[in-house]
This record gives sequence, structure tokens and C-alpha cells, in this order.
Amino acid sequence: MSFFNQPFTQKGFLRLPWQSKSFANGIHPEDHKELTERKPIRRMPFSNKIIVPLSQSIGAPAKPIVSKGQDVVRGEPIAEAGGFVSAPVHAPVTGTVAAVDELVSMPNGSKTPAILIDTWPSSDQTVRYLQPRDTSVMSADDLVKAVQDAGVVGLGGAAFPTHVKMKAPKGKTIKTLVANGCECEPYLTCDHRTMLEYTDNLLRGLQLAMVTSGAKKAIIGIEDNKMDAVEKIRQSIVARQLTNITCEAVPTCYPQGAEKMLLKSLLGLEVPAGGIPADIGCAVFNVGTLAQIGELVPQGRGLIERIVTVSGPGVSKPGNYIISLGTPLPFVLEQTGAIDNPGMIILGGPMMGMSIATRDIATTKGITGILVFTPEQLPNSHEPEMPCIGCRACVEACPMLLNPSMLGKLADVNRHQEMMDKFHLMNCFECGCCSNSCPANIPLTQKIRVAKQSIRQKARSAG
Amino acid sequence: MIKQTPLTIRTSPHLKKGLTVPQIMRNVVYALLPVCAWAVWQFGISALAMIIVTTLSCMATEQLFTAISGKKSTLSDYSVVITGILLALTLPPGFPLWMAAVAGFVAVALGKMLFGGLGQNPFNPALVGRAFVQSITTWTPGFLPERFASFIPSSLALPFMSPADSSDWIAGQVDAYSSATPLSLFKFEQVTTSTQDLLLGMVSGSAGETSALLVLLCGGFLIARGIMSWKIPCAVILGALLTATPFWLMNADVYPTPLFVIFSGGLMLAAMFMATDMVGTPLTPAGIWIYGLFIGFLTVIIRLFGGLPEGAMYAVLVANALAPLIDSVTQPRAFGTRLKQQSGEEA
Ligand code: SF4
Ligand code: SF4
Repeated sequence: MSFFNQPFTQKGFLRLPWQSKSFANGIHPEDHKELTERKPIRRMPFSNKIIVPLSQSIGAPAKPIVSKGQDVVRGEPIAEAGGFVSAPVHAPVTGTVAAVDELVSMPNGSKTPAILIDTWPSSDQTVRYLQPRDTSVMSADDLVKAVQDAGVVGLGGAAFPTHVKMKAPKGKTIKTLVANGCECEPYLTCDHRTMLEYTDNLLRGLQLAMVTSGAKKAIIGIEDNKMDAVEKIRQSIVARQLTNITCEAVPTCYPQGAEKMLLKSLLGLEVPAGGIPADIGCAVFNVGTLAQIGELVPQGRGLIERIVTVSGPGVSKPGNYIISLGTPLPFVLEQTGAIDNPGMIILGGPMMGMSIATRDIATTKGITGILVFTPEQLPNSHEPEMPCIGCRACVEACPMLLNPSMLGKLADVNRHQEMMDKFHLMNCFECGCCSNSCPANIPLTQKIRVAKQSIRQKARSAG
Repeated sequence: MIKQTPLTIRTSPHLKKGLTVPQIMRNVVYALLPVCAWAVWQFGISALAMIIVTTLSCMATEQLFTAISGKKSTLSDYSVVITGILLALTLPPGFPLWMAAVAGFVAVALGKMLFGGLGQNPFNPALVGRAFVQSITTWTPGFLPERFASFIPSSLALPFMSPADSSDWIAGQVDAYSSATPLSLFKFEQVTTSTQDLLLGMVSGSAGETSALLVLLCGGFLIARGIMSWKIPCAVILGALLTATPFWLMNADVYPTPLFVIFSGGLMLAAMFMATDMVGTPLTPAGIWIYGLFIGFLTVIIRLFGGLPEGAMYAVLVANALAPLIDSVTQPRAFGTRLKQQSGEEA
């Protein structure tokens, strides 16, 4: 009987304010991390076709600098940055360019330009395109340039070009760097494994970012369900005598990994509504991103692969894999023993990730996880909508301290302006806590998302 | 190449917490069952008959209204069952059954369906039903202070008025139908009932009002399961204590002890099961505290200074009416909108 299998109390049910510092509200979804968190990172073989999308980051798409028939070496740039807020793209494999065209689907179904490379089957795929350099003598500007040349973007899923954040914006100073190792999304463990297995790279990358931003201290924030990573990093910090870097455990609570929440937990500061972390003198980097910077910048090579969590009930070999960018999704599914007819595939985590309509895509820099569900075991988000019973579950879940119930009701009658003026519509960052906790199955997050889009559209057509 | 079958697409978040509205409501029903059982034990078959009559009447009314408006039946969300049971628990056990049925009809028709059904009702439907019969039936002895002192003529409940266990011990302990309620005793005769009796329910009163301890335990069960927030019951009780204590300190002869106040009458039932009815409560974190404290405060004021011995019911109704107002004046401060903006100097 369903009556008995609900948890009596959830983790954190009686967490008192003075027992731990954290942001207000949030939720505790079942995390399912046991599927992958103890498995060492493995490298996935190279697919014989690699399709590298040119638009892998927020900002302008990269411009191709290779043409059909040209041979490329693994690590070589094949597309240059299309602007300051953009990142170049490098060849993930040694092979021959077979096409530069609209090749792969975006997760929403539209086609996007990409470079198709036929992998040389006989190549051992060593990276030969390297420019080793001594980072200790490089200036801050050189380092920022090196990060941009390496094509590094935020690997936590946002895919914002990292070099843009590495210098303090004009008129602002960065005092504290925060490395975000929370990984609060269920299923995902790629950052966890990165922190355990690439600790040195992570600390090196963090130090480089401290040089470029001028930050005097850095904090690595990790959710307390990953105490092994906290221990490991603390030991490394002591061993390397890094007095200006600390590692702190923060309570396990979704969305602890949202940068505004993490800053609140670590520093007790709120980023002003509509503002960025630099407004309170901070910059936040994902630990995976920092680990890549720590490896790529001294070696002088580009970002050609990333660690992806492949998990869910639909794969027989869940784990964290180093996957070359541009690896077609069907190849990934085959390698991880995914069932033939999955019911649902989510890119990213189940709270904020996107379910995709087609398998005709390739991995990009922003894909943190690939979750495969069987048709029988779809994530439990689909039940008929009922009237709001005013239970306040959504209000008590919203980390931005909004009133999602009210926002949902106003969205139903298209009072978007009122939602914005009176109920802080634009503060919502679509974390999904409200929808998750609503017993009436009201798709609050979706309603809010639509309202935000319509407000933006109106602003655009007016301006 | 794998054969392509359509993939399911949904919007994020893809995970849901397990609870659904029918589950919540069903759990409330479970939590009310022990209270019902106690009422039946204490007042006999007539209490059982009344619980059945009001519940059926409420369910039939809801079914009737959904059928008329051509909607799908909403009985399966269990909320109307709660209304029926709560209504029975607020009525005196000797209440005529046909009037209980009318109360059930009014509760659901006026209190709920007229406003659009589940989620739309500003007032707790059970209390609407109870207030309605109380206001139109002043001629019935069912609500008189001495309503337990004598049999009620022409009551359909009459044939059932015998205790479940008529042994002498029970008859001696459970004196329910031969005495006035502790609240009216106190109000009209300045007689206090021992807190222990109030806790255990060895007193007379409306069917569900008698064992404060049982109500407390049943509410605690819901709180422990994460189905109900502890804040509103706490706020109501706190409000009552804070209001009653000064009076008691000023003149202990005239005013009852704070413990008597919170354990007597329908206060506990109101705090646990009426005030917490989610639909009519404010949504904001500060709002529910104001709402709860206000109910506690108003209950005590009505009891001490109003014409009625019992005040919890009206207090909840008044607070329900104020909920939208409380909501609008207690909008939470959204994250990052502190009045004094933090400057870049910090961190
Ligand atoms: S999706 Fe928006 S409204 Fe809902 S909980 Fe998250 S921030 Fe709050
Ligand atoms: S969680 Fe759902 S039912 Fe509860 S108040 Fe929010 S919108 Fe209404």
C-alpha cells in the first residue's frame, strides 16, 4: 500500500538553523548516485564518426577554419571563437574532415552546423598538438587568453565561456573565488569523481583562476554527501601548503549547486536580484571546469573531451566516462549497454536537464550527464494536474523565496506583468523545486518558464 | 543503428516527490479514524450514525454537483470525506440525524462547490456546515448548554442513544450525556474540569472535541509523516496560551487556566484539523504564523467575552476570511532583494 512506503521524515527534516549554514528551503530528492559514485572514471573508445557542433557554448557559434577533405590532428583547432563571448573548437580525434554542414540536431530538434570527422581507425589518438608552457611566468591576461584558446566553457552544464568570468568585470573586484563541487542533481557524479581523481588539476586550475581574477582566497564548496572528496581535497591542500584555499562541506540539499545558493551557504551573502556573483565580489567556477583549466593551460591544448555521467535504469554499464566531444549519442548508448528502445533520455540531471526528442545528437561541452530510462521506469513526473490546494509545499521549497503557487495562478490567466511587478517572476531560475513538491502535480516551473519567455519577448518587441 | 522509437519528452523537473493530493487527503482520513473511534466508544452508536450520515451526505452532494456541471467525479480525491468526518466531529452526538444530513449538504454545496470545488473554497466547508445549522437551528435543543442533560425530543438519533459498552464503569467514567460540557460548565457555573479528564476525553462535548490527547496524537502522526506542517497547530496553541495566560494571572478565580483553555472544547480539533485545512490558509511563511496566532487569540476572546462557550469554530472561519489579506501583507522578501543592498565591499 502506498501509504506505508513514503519516507517518514526526510533528510534534513529537523535541521535547525544553528546546526548548519545553508540557504533557505530547497528539497531532498532521492539522489540515485550509488549507481556511479564508486566507479572510477573510464575512457570511452573513439567512435568512427565524430560530429562536432559549432555552437557548444552560450554566445556566438565558432567559425570553422577547416574544409572538407582536410586531415586534422587530435587537439588541433578546427573552428575559432566567433567573438569575445565565444570559445574555439578543437578536433577531438585524428581523422579527415568529411563535411562541414548542418548535421546534428539540437536537443530541441532543430539542426545546427557541425564538423563531421571520419576517425582514422589506425591512429593511436595521442594528442600531439601541444604547446607546453610555464604558467608561473604568465601574466593574468596571457592566462585568460590561454583559457580562451583552450576553448574552455563552464562544464557544469551552463556552458558559459569561462575566460569571460576569469577577470573581474570593469568596476568590480573579485575577492573570493568559489569552486562549485556541490553536484546537487540526482544521478550525476562526474564532478564527484573528478574531485577524487583529478584533485591536483583542480587545485592548479583554481590557483590559475585566482591569479587572473586577483582573488585573495578561494573556497571549494562540496555537499556533505561527498565527504570522501572533501577529505581528499583537504589533504591535498595541506600537502601543498595552500593557505589561501579552504574546502568546506555544505548541507546536501537541492539546489545547493546553484551559484547563488552556494554563495549564500558559504559566505552568507545574497547575490542581488538580477545581479551576478561579481556584485558581491565573488566568482564561481564548476570544479570540472577548473580541473580542465589546470590540465589544459600548462599543456597548451584544447578542450576535446569531458567526463560525462551515463546512468539511469536503461543502461547496463552506468558510470563516468571520458567521452570525446562530438561522439554521437547512439555510440554512447551502445558502449554503455543501453536498452534498444529507451523510453526517455535526459541530458543533464533530472531536475533541470532536458528530455530529448531525437537520438540524432552528439555530445557537447555542456552535457554533464546522459540519463536513460526504460519505458516502464520513466521518472515519475507525469500525473494529471489537480487544483491547487494551497498546501504551501511549493512556497516552502522555493530557494528564491518566491510564491510559486501564486505565480502559477497568475500565469493561468496571463497576468504576466503582475507576476513580474509584484511576485518577482524574473528571480526564478527554474530549479524545479516547486513542481517537484506540488502534490497537485501542477507544472509550476513550466508555467513560470513560459511567462518569463513571454515577458522577454514583449521586452524585445518593445525595445 | 538502433531502431528509433519515439522518446518521451517532458519538461523539467523530471522527478516528483511521492505525495499526491489524494494521498495527503487519505492520510488525513486515517488520522481522523481514531478520533472517530473514540467518539463512538464514548457516545455510542449515535455518534457512529452521525459520522456515517454526514460523510454520505457530503459525498452525495459533491457527486451531485459534479454530475450537474458535467465534470468528472471528484470523490476519489478524498477531500470530501474529510469534510464529512470533521463535520460529524463538530456536532453534538445527540444531534438529529436529518439535520446532520442537511449540514453535510450545506457544507459541501455552500462551503465548497459553489466556489468551484477543491482548492477554491475560502472557508473550511465543515465549519460552514456547522455554522449554518447552528445559526438556523436555535430552536433545537441540540446546541443548548444543557444539551446532554436530557434526551432530545423528536431526534432521529434517539433510538441509538446508548453507549457502546454500558457497563457501570463506563457509565461512571463517561458521563457524556448526562452533563454539560466543560466549557459551558466553566462559563455558566465557574466549574473547572481537571486537565487530565480533558486530555483523556472523560468529559462531554461535541463528538470529536473530547479527547485533546487523542487529537494531538493523531495530528502528530500527520506531522511526523511530513503531510502536515507543525507550524499552524503550534501557532494556534501558542496564540491561545499567550492570550489566556495574562487573564489567568490577573484573576485566577474568574479566568480559566491556560491549560484548561487549550485542552477544552474544540480548540485542539480546530488547531490540528480545521485551521490546517490547506485551502483556506495563507501561503506565506509569516502569514501562517499570523493566521495561527490569530485563531488562538480569537478563540480565547470569544470564549471569555462572547456569548458562546465555544469559539474555535468562529475563529477559524474569521481567519479563513482574512487569509487573502494576510497573504498580501506578508509577501516574502525574495532572495537577493534585501532592502539595504549589500555592497561589493563585503565577502
Ligand atoms: S522553479 Fe522558480 S519558483 Fe520554482 S522553486 Fe525554483 S526558483 Fe522557485
Ligand atoms: S505545492 Fe501545488 S498545491 Fe501546494 S500550494 Fe503550491 S501549487 Fe498549490
